[in-house]
Amino acid sequence: MATTADHFQAHSEDHGHHDHDHKPAFFARWFMSTNHKDIGTMYLIFAIIAGIVGGAISGMMRVELAHPGIQYLDTFARWFGAVNPDFNTTLHTWNVLITAHGLIMVFFMVMPAMIGGFGNWFVPLMIGAPDMAFPRMNNISFWLTVAGFFSLMCSAFVPGGTGNGAGTGWTVYAPLSTSGSPGPAVDFGIFSLHLAGAGSIMGAINFITTILNMRAPGMTLHKMPLFVWSMLVTAFLLLLSLPVLAAAITMLLTDRNFGTTFFDASGGGDPILYQHLFWFFGHPEVYIMILPGFGIISQIVSTFSKKPVFGYLGMAYAMVAIGVVGFIVWAHHMYATGLSVNTKMYFTAATMVIAVPTGIKIFSWIATMWGGSVTFKSPMVWALGFIFLFTVGGVTGVVLANGGVDDVMHDTYYVVAHFHYVLSLGAVTALFAGFYYWFPKMSGRMHSEFLAHVHFVIFFIGVNMIFFPMHFLGLQGMPRRYPDYAEAYEHWNHVATIGYMVMATSLVVWFINIIYAYTAGKKAEDNYWGEGATTLEWTLTSPPPYHQFETLPVIGDTVHH
Amino acid sequence: MTFGKTIHGLGQAIGGLGLSVAGLLTAVVPAFAQDAASSAPAAPSALATGAAQGAAVASGAGSYTPMKPVEGIGMPIDGAYGLQTQFSKTGEYGEWIHDIILMPIITAICVLVLALLVVIAVRFNRRRNPVASKTSHNTLLEVVWTLVPVLILIGIAVPSIDLIAKQYKPAPEGALTIKVTGNQWFWTYGYPDNGDFEVISNMLNIPGQPVINNGVREVGSKPWDGPSHLEVDNRMVVPVGEPIRLQITAADVIHSFAVPSLWFKLDAVPGRINEKVLVVEKPGVYYGQCSELCGAKHGYMPIAVEALPRAQYNAWVLTHAGGAIDTGKKPAAAAATPAPAADASEAPAPDATAEAE
Repeated sequence: MATTADHFQAHSEDHGHHDHDHKPAFFARWFMSTNHKDIGTMYLIFAIIAGIVGGAISGMMRVELAHPGIQYLDTFARWFGAVNPDFNTTLHTWNVLITAHGLIMVFFMVMPAMIGGFGNWFVPLMIGAPDMAFPRMNNISFWLTVAGFFSLMCSAFVPGGTGNGAGTGWTVYAPLSTSGSPGPAVDFGIFSLHLAGAGSIMGAINFITTILNMRAPGMTLHKMPLFVWSMLVTAFLLLLSLPVLAAAITMLLTDRNFGTTFFDASGGGDPILYQHLFWFFGHPEVYIMILPGFGIISQIVSTFSKKPVFGYLGMAYAMVAIGVVGFIVWAHHMYATGLSVNTKMYFTAATMVIAVPTGIKIFSWIATMWGGSVTFKSPMVWALGFIFLFTVGGVTGVVLANGGVDDVMHDTYYVVAHFHYVLSLGAVTALFAGFYYWFPKMSGRMHSEFLAHVHFVIFFIGVNMIFFPMHFLGLQGMPRRYPDYAEAYEHWNHVATIGYMVMATSLVVWFINIIYAYTAGKKAEDNYWGEGATTLEWTLTSPPPYHQFETLPVIGDTVHH
Repeated sequence: MTFGKTIHGLGQAIGGLGLSVAGLLTAVVPAFAQDAASSAPAAPSALATGAAQGAAVASGAGSYTPMKPVEGIGMPIDGAYGLQTQFSKTGEYGEWIHDIILMPIITAICVLVLALLVVIAVRFNRRRNPVASKTSHNTLLEVVWTLVPVLILIGIAVPSIDLIAKQYKPAPEGALTIKVTGNQWFWTYGYPDNGDFEVISNMLNIPGQPVINNGVREVGSKPWDGPSHLEVDNRMVVPVGEPIRLQITAADVIHSFAVPSLWFKLDAVPGRINEKVLVVEKPGVYYGQCSELCGAKHGYMPIAVEALPRAQYNAWVLTHAGGAIDTGKKPAAAAATPAPAADASEAPAPDATAEAE
């Protein structure tokens, strides 16, 4: 750790060598930051911390699920401040764990890393802009996200009904979240979503404004790198869906505290209304988490095949199509709530439509590599892993889209397997791909390619061991969100727990790699991936100067990504 | 569990995928609309003897011994990798859609993508192909990979939509109504057509674990007890082979009434009554679990449906105070002429969203 004195020394050296940079002093630089790269770095560090917390929670869940019966929950309940917890408090702790795991991974790991981290870092660099359109709002977005995480952490230690913490599931369904959960824990959870949501809405406004107004001369929308396209679509999804979530959880808050009955049938409300509102946000949300990943994978596949992306316009508009259709399929999360027959048929058909643009993307990535001169550097093996794992997660989505089939799959481990294949194996794999692709650009130091490949192989084996058996558990009928299960579910649960250990090992390799890069890593060149990397960030030094593109680059007619 | 067993299970899984692909080639559409009575296969012997025992005691009105479940029937099997065996018409149709249509298609897609990635790794690596082509457009190819998925999806959608339509077929007039209520954390089953008695169903306590339900015995203390976590003190008893109108609601928070082997899952929502028809084809015990997060003991409110022949069902009804046999109802005859809509004469459903059009 650099002490303050060290820092000031380093700082003065900075002035000696890079006087044009004008980096502010430590506090001003990191706490009043307006620099998109610094804010992006803070988002990435924050996402790693939140990911460690969320990942540790999944470890707690997996050890509990290794065998039938309740083994460790009692201890975990004590960690959250319960003194001599009774059995209900012990079981409540399970619900707190699943809730926290879901909310942390969605709102405080994947979204900050994808949008706040890589989005902040590389959208301005790729479009040739000096910074984001609203640098101070960018800072507020970040600190609101941190405040949201803090609020969520607080909720785990205050009463939430049968025990400490919010035990409602990340979906916060009423009436379990209203009359079913007295105490301030759920209010803290709702407040956390409000803060994170406000931060994300501001971030979305920032991205839309930046992308629409600050592209370098000559960079038309149809010349933008696909990662920027993915961020543009994602920002619109955030802008349109998050206010609906904010409304829904505000109504929860008033139902809980001010006697309204929006979701209470005894007062004329309807619990199902909450689900409609939540999933009107919730379904676009899953595309918010995966679309930036699509963009990252497109850049990487093109770079390491030394070819332009195949079917660029098809790829860009496939993302737009996924974004648009994503808004009209929400009730496939609600097939079991008693929808009318026509509603169920409509949502079955509409949901299956999403497979078409998704298929276009998968096949276009393959066509990009086809005929290419492919090098299997670390980002590329992660990208290949992504393409296969996302395909597996995608096809089980087609199975679940069928309203009639979902009657047996709904709320079972099949669903858990499906969404972890597209998120834990899809979005997270894309994050690691992006990390290895851009880490030397961000840090100026090369990571170890060997360790990155080891990380990939162990991670790939681990996550498949965790989540593939969950398909079998789901088909056999094991419901989600159970701390304990019939003995007949033990075999595959045990396999999944072993898989978790394998996956966790791979993360150790990752941390070692980061330490290696900062201690022994070679200095990164401007364009360390070579001729395939053609976007604007590769024209800058690694790391880029504190303020880049003071003279705007001009994009010629021939450049086409 | 050993590592060897895990490998064996994985081997089974891979074999299963192969089987399902082979199934695509030889598959024949099951005659879904076939008459239920004529197609019902013989019950497993253990079930048959259980039924016979029941029949013997049924002569003395009001006597009933719970049926002993058959291992692996109506319950999960350890290490299995497919759906539970189905015991309803919709279940058999749904299982067919999953095993014969969906599984081969999704397996083929994954294998295709994997094969293409392998070909790329082998043929288009830097050594074999040092100079990359500059191809970035092929309109025909792009049209093909847009339209072929559309056609595949239409192929899936036709039986899938048909399945939804069949699931929503309304109960025939005069069908037996059972009212299912989810509570934190147990189920109650009301029998309005049988004298309006109510059955309270709690999970049996698990030996060696904290007591979950006070006053309820431990699982395994009676000869007919099924698996732990799934067995209850009082099962939901239904007549076999008849369409039963289930009206599902909840008293506190949302629960979900789910029985995997009967292809049945419908949320129990406070303030609403969700309605759906259940037809169990064979006598037996079918287990399910609450499938919507409902608080601390969400994992400890299982469902056990015991399907009995009419005579034994009637005998079971008479064991309850105020229990009356629902005479005058001829479900078999009524089934031939389905009611156009839910009948308003009995048990009006104010919010029955699951009514068919």
